[in-house]
Amino acid sequence: MKKNIILAAIAALGLGAAAQADTTKVGFVYVGPIGDGGWTYEHHQGLLAVEEEFGDKVETVYQENVPEGADAERAMTQMALQGADIIFTTSFGYMDPTINVAAKFPNVKFEHATGYKRADNVSTYSARFYEGRAVQGHIAGKMTKSNKIGYIASFPIPEVIRGINSAYLHAKKVNPDVEMSVIWVYTWFDPAKEADAAKALIDNGIDVVLQHTDSTAPQAAAAEAGVISFGQASDMAEYGPTPRVSSIIDNWAPYYIDRVQAVMDGTWESVDTWDGISTGMVKIGEITEAVPADVKAEAEALRDAIGAGEYHPFTGPINKQDGSVWLAEGEVADDGTLAGMNFYIEGITGDIPN
Amino acid sequence: MIRLEKRPTPSRGWAWATPIVAVLATMVAGGLLFGALGSNPFEAIRTIFWDPIFGEFAFYYRGQLLVKAGPLILIAIGLSLGFRAGIWNIGAEGQYIMGAIFGAAVGLAFYPMEARWLIFPLMVIAGVVGGYLWAMIPGILRTRFNTNEILVSLLLVYVAEQILAWMALGPLRNPDGAGFPGSRNLGQYASSANKELIAGWGMHWGVVAAFIAVIFAYILLSRHILGLNIRLAGEAPRAARFAGVNPERLVLLCLGISGALAGLAGLFEVAGPAGQISIDFNVGYGFTAIIVAFLGRLHPIGILLAGLLMALTYIGGEAAQASLGLPASAIQAFQGMLLFFLLAFDVLTNFKLRIGGEARA
Amino acid sequence: MDFGSINPVLLIAALMLASTPILLAALGELIVEKSGVLNLGVEGMMIVGAISGFIVAVETGSPALGFVAAAIGATIMALIFGVLTQLLLSNQVATGLGLTLFGLGVSALMGQSYVGIRPPASPRLTFFGLSEVPVIGPIAFNQHAMVYVSLALVVAIWWYLKRTRSGLILRAVGESHDAAHALGYSVLKTRFAAIAFGGACAGLGGAFLSLVIVPQWTEGMTAGRGWIALAIVVFASWRPWRVLLGAYLFGGVTVLQLNLQAAGIAIPVELLSMSPYLITILVLVLISSDKRRAAANAPASLGRSFHASA
Repeated sequence: MKKNIILAAIAALGLGAAAQADTTKVGFVYVGPIGDGGWTYEHHQGLLAVEEEFGDKVETVYQENVPEGADAERAMTQMALQGADIIFTTSFGYMDPTINVAAKFPNVKFEHATGYKRADNVSTYSARFYEGRAVQGHIAGKMTKSNKIGYIASFPIPEVIRGINSAYLHAKKVNPDVEMSVIWVYTWFDPAKEADAAKALIDNGIDVVLQHTDSTAPQAAAAEAGVISFGQASDMAEYGPTPRVSSIIDNWAPYYIDRVQAVMDGTWESVDTWDGISTGMVKIGEITEAVPADVKAEAEALRDAIGAGEYHPFTGPINKQDGSVWLAEGEVADDGTLAGMNFYIEGITGDIPN
Repeated sequence: MIRLEKRPTPSRGWAWATPIVAVLATMVAGGLLFGALGSNPFEAIRTIFWDPIFGEFAFYYRGQLLVKAGPLILIAIGLSLGFRAGIWNIGAEGQYIMGAIFGAAVGLAFYPMEARWLIFPLMVIAGVVGGYLWAMIPGILRTRFNTNEILVSLLLVYVAEQILAWMALGPLRNPDGAGFPGSRNLGQYASSANKELIAGWGMHWGVVAAFIAVIFAYILLSRHILGLNIRLAGEAPRAARFAGVNPERLVLLCLGISGALAGLAGLFEVAGPAGQISIDFNVGYGFTAIIVAFLGRLHPIGILLAGLLMALTYIGGEAAQASLGLPASAIQAFQGMLLFFLLAFDVLTNFKLRIGGEARA
Repeated sequence: MDFGSINPVLLIAALMLASTPILLAALGELIVEKSGVLNLGVEGMMIVGAISGFIVAVETGSPALGFVAAAIGATIMALIFGVLTQLLLSNQVATGLGLTLFGLGVSALMGQSYVGIRPPASPRLTFFGLSEVPVIGPIAFNQHAMVYVSLALVVAIWWYLKRTRSGLILRAVGESHDAAHALGYSVLKTRFAAIAFGGACAGLGGAFLSLVIVPQWTEGMTAGRGWIALAIVVFASWRPWRVLLGAYLFGGVTVLQLNLQAAGIAIPVELLSMSPYLITILVLVLISSDKRRAAANAPASLGRSFHASA
């Protein structure tokens, strides 16, 4: 009995609050602090872009440092109760909480980043960072003199493995002798450990450092050692023109503006978005003059071909690490396999931890 | 010149009054902080302290208070026994993680069998065992090899975190999860779910366990010989030895109880509010519980109240972030200030303030 | 097994760099605990040091001034702890934990507009070509100034505790504050000085992260190093030389495991990433199994409040 009353109260309040509002209320739930300079920082830039675009027509709220699990559910419920019309939940670990809360607030729209569970009022969105990795891999393969490139990785999840494969594949294409070392730091956030990892790579003869972690620590280590590196998440332009020779930038603003607009227009629908260079969700930061002009031109051509849909970074023939065929000549990887990628491609040494 | 004069016995009146004075002082200081950050101080204080209990959405927040306070209280009760006896378990966070892993592993092993009467109790036992075993490592190293338990229990937190990541990415990963990390959702599997006993009230088995632990600890400390031994060992170790208290057994017992309760808290969290084993399952309850234990003066009732107060600052702080745009860091600083005031004003319980002159003996 | 690409000289040079923040913070905490005070707020003091140093270094362009500011900023934090625990006799464990919470929050507030800025470089010292000497050069003559400072501190603290009158008083206060008080020594003054020193050292350790190792400001960037420093003091059973050993052991295993990965050695990564903690525990078990010695060195008054009742 009591149960129904409370559920009804929650639903009614959510409904009522959403209907009353004459401005559109947009909520963001962040996993890190907005000052992390990386993942959360870039999502927050998206929030600021939404404010810029719509001015008085939107009201934005956000909550940072929200742990996954019960705390995330509470953060979302809180926003929904206070009349949010659309809530962006920006971490993979928010997947089940988003689905749970969305079921209680059918009139609030939810947008979950990097997950795979959807509902009538839950969309998912993610970025094809591996497209950017292909460009980096190309530059890395051309630029390395020791033929050893290094990769600092966080945890062995499909997102990270995809990036490693893409970078290696395109380095190998232009430099058959290239070898890649991967260091798993097993943390999302520990700048000093990233610095130690970068130094370990450099001390082992690596002269190109790629990173799938957010801090600029590897850039500083690369600068000191005189090797090259790539910005990650944000442009890290302050480390250009060298060691940072280019970067992958997470650019969520166009998507966020688009989705908020859809809520305003009443045209919002549950969709699964996986965008890359073509829509600008993945941006390639300026390739600096430290890269020879011909390499820069090739890299830009690669970027443009991917952006135009003429070239897919995972186009066969590609074998898996054990030598078995993954993609035949001319075959293109399907999104399902890519989304759950948990294997290395042929030529990468070492095992994926599991 | 202000000086302190020790009271012959702690003042009962001040024991109750100091927390209230401290909270009021924090409101003033916190209001200044929030004002300096450009928020309306009165609104901020109301959002943190009043709204979660009496505000518009209190029907939701009151339950959430229990969800947040439950694990804190459960862990803090266990820790308080050891702290009273001078046994320093700083690693409840690790025991909490291991309890969750053990419990979740048992639940997942039975998936998708439907037999709640069997599976859920087994998970509870596994959670207790997981936390207990993890706490026994510092326990045995201390009693056998004289290795300091502060260091071992603390470092084992980091080891447990690595095991957690490994479990989330490997053995316990959801086979239907398309290669993503994280286990199946235990909350959505009827035999393992630790659901709210009354929907919307926040009351789940973990909160019930916390209340039982409070009562149990109260009786243990005031009535039972073991409670007496614990207090004796902390206050007068030599006398305890003469009284026949075996210090090694006491170390194992205190670490065991605190580990078991932390493991229990972890199990109830993973099967309920959190729902799954993930890389970032733990959120620091094990460390915050140390604060709760001392804020509650190591007394079961005090811990209950301290746990609820800590939970209130979390919930209210989150509300202030979302509705007033205060940064999370301001809330953290505010919580720190609250602790400082609570701890500082506590001096009035045991001491009298004397202004000027010599104290009379 | 092929350790081919790992260069032991570079490894040692790298571990000295990586261990220095923990070494500095642990040396400070050693003095604090020797005086009988347990300050669990090392993490909070470190991070306030990290941002204080960063702000001043960025604004003045001088890393040296940054380090001074880091020491001052963290000392202010330490003094909050001192006032609460020494004058108001609050519980040291809870106050220390509160200090960490407060420090994490305050540092993030201070650093709001310093995210994504590159601080002025603090170069390594080179000694007229000595740094080019093989083997010894990279290890002994091509480090950052603070690495030498931290090593000098180990010697200085050892000498201070062992050979000076003031060090003797500090130890006496830590062993029995009542006896020290009865002999006419000021327990409060001694402890306040120790707490302030501990803060300054933690601040230097924090700034070494934000100005040298990383160098960048991000919220929460100490990522638990203050806790490791606390563990190292216990590991060392309150002896300065063993603080050095413990910090370098922990830092060394961390750096080694990353190097093993870089060199492609086939050891499971899960095992490697927990190795610094496991090996530290294991070594402590081995050296502490002699019962009489280990227990004898912990300051007897550690963590107890002192109130002169006369």
